[in-house]
Amino acid sequence: MSMTGRVAAIVWKDLLIEVRTKASFHSMLFFAALVLFVFSFAIGPDVPLLKRIAAGLLWIAIIFTGILSLSRTYQAEEAAGGLEGLRMAPGDPRAIYLGKLFGNIALLLAMEMILFPASAVLFQLEIARHALPLAGIAILGTVGFSVVGTFYAALTLNLRAREILLPLLLIPALIPPLLGAVNSTQLILDGNPLGEVVVWVRLMVAYDVTFFVVCTWIFPIAVEE
Amino acid sequence: MDRRSPLVAWLGIAALTLMLIGSIVGLFIVQADAEMGDVQRLMYVHVPAAWTAFLAFFLVFIGSVLYLVQRDQRFDRFAAACAEVGIVFIALTLATGMIWGKPTWGVWWTWDARLTSTALLLAVFVGYLAIRGFTDDPDSRARWSAVVGILGFIQVPIVYLSVVWWRTLHQPPSSPRSVSSEILWTWMLNFVAFLLMFAYLVAQRSRLARVEAELEALEAYDV
Repeated sequence: MSMTGRVAAIVWKDLLIEVRTKASFHSMLFFAALVLFVFSFAIGPDVPLLKRIAAGLLWIAIIFTGILSLSRTYQAEEAAGGLEGLRMAPGDPRAIYLGKLFGNIALLLAMEMILFPASAVLFQLEIARHALPLAGIAILGTVGFSVVGTFYAALTLNLRAREILLPLLLIPALIPPLLGAVNSTQLILDGNPLGEVVVWVRLMVAYDVTFFVVCTWIFPIAVEE
Repeated sequence: MDRRSPLVAWLGIAALTLMLIGSIVGLFIVQADAEMGDVQRLMYVHVPAAWTAFLAFFLVFIGSVLYLVQRDQRFDRFAAACAEVGIVFIALTLATGMIWGKPTWGVWWTWDARLTSTALLLAVFVGYLAIRGFTDDPDSRARWSAVVGILGFIQVPIVYLSVVWWRTLHQPPSSPRSVSSEILWTWMLNFVAFLLMFAYLVAQRSRLARVEAELEALEAYDV
């Protein structure tokens, strides 16, 4: 099977499991909504204030939910030694990483397609008018998150205390895409789609490309036995 | 078998002596800063500690790459020693920075670009040591932490850049003032002293790690 074929097979398998069971997706979505709620409760029903920090709340909800779902990335394989099987399958083990990466991106983006409108309702944001640039930012931020996240999820897979180690390693690494996504989301909502946004888009593109190359390159080392 | 190297002992003595001289020069001989007064003397610890910490971080990266290429536990022990000692220096950098910031800026902490990215650097180091702490098998520990060491090193410049942009888009960065040659020389003196101390501590920590590994092997053999 070609590299593309192997990657596609893994993506197809994971998405099929997800579509049939919907186990992750529903709980992820409700968890993300709950995070938005909890923040609003903690901050108080001050709508102008919530509106000003909405982009930050939204992306924190996405990152928290993303981290929870990352730790499930390789769960389907864990039970019966499936990862061992995937690794022993002929060909480049990078296909595992790429397959899991695209699966994670798809799952997160699907969740964001509901979470963005939900936050618009909760915080009275006007996202419909800026739908296209916002979608672009969501994709850039989600790719950056997933590239590093899928890698660290594989690295911490066999560790004791991986539930705490994954966020410990991941969160400092996520500062650039977080800053990029939050600031550009806020700027777009404020109606400044051509000004400073370019700087943040450039940062996110640079981050996504750099870590996509590096993580794909060294993935075999992270999972070798 | 292990014997203490006399070279390492001399390194320690030289480091201590130079640190003593550097502290005396920094505290009593160099003139107090015209604007900020004596508090500026903290910079003779702060700046060399920061330089040493950044060097330590670079060496963790080098040690990690060498380990993955050569698969020799020596490089792993070197990288781990640099990370542990590096944490001490970066904590020292942050602590002196905050003590300096309180009288100068009026607050212990401000979301300054360098301050924030240095704190994040500390978080990366802590992650590196945490992944080591939770892994028992020496080969897996070396391999996984080497990966973290490399990724962490790559992420630092981009994190720094993003934090700079985050700050500068909101307020202008504080402009660095020109530094007199007297201050520069005291920095250099202290930097050399810190470097020697760093080298001494890394040598001792690597030696300790080697002895620990030997002990582990012996114990495994006995049982």
